[in-house]
Amino acid sequence: MFSNILIYFVVIPLVMLAGLALCRNIRQIRAVAVTGSLALTALSIWLLVDYLALRAAGETAPMLYTGSWSWFGPLNINLSVGVDGISIAMLILSSIILLTGSFASWKIEPHTKDFFLWLILLSTGVFGFFISIDLFTMFMFYEVALIPMYLLIGVWGSGNKNYSAMKLTLMLMGGSAFLMLGLIGIYYHSAPEGAVRTWNILEIAQNGAISHGWQYFLFPMTFVGFGVLGAMFPFHTWSPDGHASAPTAVSMLHAGVLMKLGGYGCFRVAIYLMPEAAQELAWIFLILTGISVVYGAFSACVQTDLKYINAYSSVSHCGLVLFAILMLNTTAMTGAIMQMLSHGLMTALFFALIGMIYGRTHTRDIRQMGGLMKIMPFLAVCYVIAGMASLGLPGLSGFVAEMTIFVGSFKAGMTDYLAGNGSLRLVFTIIACCSIVITAVYILRVVGKLLLGPVQDEHHLTLTDAAWWERTSTVVLIICVAAIGCFPNFFADLIKFTFSPSIFAVIGMN
Amino acid sequence: MDITLPLLILAIPLFMFLLLGLVGMKMSHKLAGTLGTLGMGTVLVLSYTTAFTYFFSGAPEFINAAGERLQYMVFNTTWLQFTDTLVIKLGFLLDPISAMMLVVIPTISFMVHLYSLGYMRDHHGVYEHGFQRFYAFLSLFSFSMLGLVVATNIFQMYIFWELVGASSYLLIGFYYKKPSAVSASKKAFIVTRFADLGFLIGILVLSYYTGTFDFAALTSVPVDGLANVSQVSLGTAESVRSIFENSAAPMFMGASVLTWALVLIFMGGMGKSAMMPLHIWLPDAMEGPTPVSALIHAATMVVAGVYLVARLFPLYIMEPSAMQIIVWVGALTALYAAMVACTQIDIKRVLAFSTISQIAFMMVSLGVTDINFHHGIGYMAGMFHLFTHAMFKALLFLCAGALIHAIGSNDYTDMHGLRKYMPVTHITFLIGCLAIAGIIPFAGFFSKDEILTACFGNSMLWYVWMSLVAGLTAFYMFRLYYLIFWWKEHKVHEGHHQPSDQPWTMTAPLVILAAISCVAGFVPFGNLVTWNGHQMFPGENSFLTNLQHLDWAVAAISLAVAIIAILVATVMYRKENDLPAKFKNALPALWDWCYHRFYWDELYQFITHKIIFGCISRPIAWFDRHIIDGAMDGLAYVTNKASVAIKDFQSGKIQMYVWFYLAGALLLGAITAFCLL
Repeated sequence: MFSNILIYFVVIPLVMLAGLALCRNIRQIRAVAVTGSLALTALSIWLLVDYLALRAAGETAPMLYTGSWSWFGPLNINLSVGVDGISIAMLILSSIILLTGSFASWKIEPHTKDFFLWLILLSTGVFGFFISIDLFTMFMFYEVALIPMYLLIGVWGSGNKNYSAMKLTLMLMGGSAFLMLGLIGIYYHSAPEGAVRTWNILEIAQNGAISHGWQYFLFPMTFVGFGVLGAMFPFHTWSPDGHASAPTAVSMLHAGVLMKLGGYGCFRVAIYLMPEAAQELAWIFLILTGISVVYGAFSACVQTDLKYINAYSSVSHCGLVLFAILMLNTTAMTGAIMQMLSHGLMTALFFALIGMIYGRTHTRDIRQMGGLMKIMPFLAVCYVIAGMASLGLPGLSGFVAEMTIFVGSFKAGMTDYLAGNGSLRLVFTIIACCSIVITAVYILRVVGKLLLGPVQDEHHLTLTDAAWWERTSTVVLIICVAAIGCFPNFFADLIKFTFSPSIFAVIGMN
Repeated sequence: MDITLPLLILAIPLFMFLLLGLVGMKMSHKLAGTLGTLGMGTVLVLSYTTAFTYFFSGAPEFINAAGERLQYMVFNTTWLQFTDTLVIKLGFLLDPISAMMLVVIPTISFMVHLYSLGYMRDHHGVYEHGFQRFYAFLSLFSFSMLGLVVATNIFQMYIFWELVGASSYLLIGFYYKKPSAVSASKKAFIVTRFADLGFLIGILVLSYYTGTFDFAALTSVPVDGLANVSQVSLGTAESVRSIFENSAAPMFMGASVLTWALVLIFMGGMGKSAMMPLHIWLPDAMEGPTPVSALIHAATMVVAGVYLVARLFPLYIMEPSAMQIIVWVGALTALYAAMVACTQIDIKRVLAFSTISQIAFMMVSLGVTDINFHHGIGYMAGMFHLFTHAMFKALLFLCAGALIHAIGSNDYTDMHGLRKYMPVTHITFLIGCLAIAGIIPFAGFFSKDEILTACFGNSMLWYVWMSLVAGLTAFYMFRLYYLIFWWKEHKVHEGHHQPSDQPWTMTAPLVILAAISCVAGFVPFGNLVTWNGHQMFPGENSFLTNLQHLDWAVAAISLAVAIIAILVATVMYRKENDLPAKFKNALPALWDWCYHRFYWDELYQFITHKIIFGCISRPIAWFDRHIIDGAMDGLAYVTNKASVAIKDFQSGKIQMYVWFYLAGALLLGAITAFCLL
């Protein structure tokens, strides 16, 4: 079991938990958190290199590093692991955000140790989710990632934290209820009559035994179940309140990684296993996600709380992820995964910066701040860079992701239109394209009010710029955002393999 | 051709941006400024070398045996692969127009770098706050603009298009403590972003049908035996059109899909080139430092729209209705902007509206092109005007900068009578005015004359229309000239606050640009830049070529128009008198509309604030908070109430439970009895 490299993505966080339990002071806690997350980052990067080498050597299996250990025989539940390019991208994203999140919560108070314990537990769930290919363990890790959120927001949050924590947890649990129903349904139809049922995604996809009728029931269940976490309209309202109340590192992890669990799950489970229903029911969710994209952007235009602006912006950007997945073509799906990476990094950067600004000014209301560029130039410049990434400036990650999505979606839309299959996809693609303008409006509005112009509150004049740990956190994220933006083909290639025709023949995708 | 030179042309400004952006604040002001200027100077030398090699070396990849100039792709690397055929590449394309821009951009950019060394300091020699940042942004802009003009495919152009937009945003908002500068930069970005939405959708449509982004595949054919060399060809454009015509849905809402694609792409150009109705950002963009206005908002970035149309010119020829739209938009904008320029007070605004009007000239020129009329003179004239306009408009802006620097105000009402105090500025400004007014032998005369010839070849309407606008141009420029340099001097000018010419770093660019404005018209442009590379006057490469081939009938009329306009301006503004006031009172409504720029800004204000924010964003936010969120809270509330309502069943009272037990038992018994019977 321990010869499989993937297991260490769960083992390291567990070791960290044990280490944290033994810690006596804040220095030790920081040491454990930073060392552990550095180890995870190194591991994920090593995995990336090794994976690329294997692929270059001609490995064509859909998942590599697979391993399976029985957990509960009678129901055929296994701890099955395996990764492809998409999971590796997500693992790298998670480890980087955990690392930067640890730096961002350098001075978290009170109960530092408990905070980190819950945070690491949460990331155990995240990493476990991304390496699992067994639906049951996947779901288990999913729940492990959700529950600590309640405490993290409820205890270390700010503002109306009890309400937000409760709302977030209950809504996500509601999603889980749908999801569980869907997953159990999938299990019962996972194999043809008489054969042994399985939870393993690869085997289910190979069997293709879920009948058309059942797909019609199970697809919406799983898509909505994961879609709640992906902030799909109208199940997104946990996001603004939740993010606004959560402490910095939790917002970062939540918007940066947890929301990706939603998109990843929608793709890996709902669409991968039930392609026919995905094709036929896509229109319902296309409308919903298309609405998310512009609705989130328009809502963000009039918010006054920094975190609300960013949360609505996440609704818009994550809406684009689900939107692109539903286009069911290689380009759009590649774009969706790149958008997950890109949004994860830049939204983490945003929340980190907002946390740092809030920690100094003690307000997040943009009407009460102004001219921060003069007072804290480093943070302000980083904020502008994050904003530019968000509004899709070439050279930063947002642009490549959005353009890949638009090119792919437009192709899907035009193909439908020219074949006489209606123009829904085309119309919604164009509507989604409009988001590039609205995004510019709300980003520049914030930049203008918050960072530029005259100083609003003269008490702010005495504030200091970023400390070294804050600089580390933001610089690492900016480098990642710029790396994706400057060398997109590397990431596109990494992701694209999963959509190669031989593997994705289930859908008959082009 | 060796790839080092082209690569360095792009790499040096990018490196300068990163260097000055990351460690600039640690450097002294002087070092940062010198580094930036030296970097740009190197780029200047390199790109001159490249452009001259392209035009004059006669190498087989640049010009064929028949004397037609070719397109040569120096390098082209994959940046992002969408599908097997649809690939975004980053490359370097050398052809007549990109080589021309390789002269224009570094020239102006270098002048502005040099000029800013003086301009970005106050009278005591203290550098402006953020001086290093300024040079970093200038380098970023130069990099983006160069990348834009050498783009080998439309998506590369879009990438750099966005980057110039961002650099423009950063530079307009350079004085970030000034709310007006902040909102101007925001406005510029959002308006051009809106236009870029059209550009993007146009690209998507075009690339979906043709399956490529490459200019080479859209507008030219490869040349046999030479790798990476191609020649502009109508045949390719025709086959692109036939792809559209043979598709399942060739028409959309009454126009062909290709027309739609081209018009949408042109919309991007309208945004960047400030064509009506997307022009509103350019006058406000004057909030940026004046050298920036000279570089970005007069000479280089704002002509990107013209450049875009020129780049896809063979496709535009295929769709006459798209060409018609370009002409109409250009002609209306030219007239509108010229009328507005006659009434503005802020000298930079006058120049901004003048820029809008002149760019519209170029657009009209491209739009009226008939490829069978003098080898498509309209295209050549448009590019020629782009070239000359860049020189004299940058000159005028830099003069304006010198005036503003000396006086400390943007309004001509604070200037008056400066010719004695600032002789160099005075003479160079006059040369700029003569050039833009189209007086022989200054640069503007030749290019404007070619444009009018092209209009003449198209229809009488456009000829008369554009001649009228040319007259207005001469009028408002000389109005400005007299108001600044003549009239009675201002009282403030006495004593030790006397305005004077500026340091050499500022005057040297003025003199150089003025010299260029005097001679640029003699460049035999017809042999260098034409739509298909064909030389207009083969074998005649002297500085008299343009004069010899002048259509004197058109030239005489346009000269007459310009001179009459200047005379009118002289009568009205040479000395303070009541003629202007009389005119104003004779046509109060017209004056009012011109002065308020036809209330476009108010209209946009209404649309953005009342409609977008008031009628869309706010209701959506309200809907989200009260309906969606309300539904979720309502669900929680109902659950809560329901559990409160039924919690009494768990009262803990034994008697109660016994009653329930009995009732249940009876009910069960009844059911059993019912079933048995």
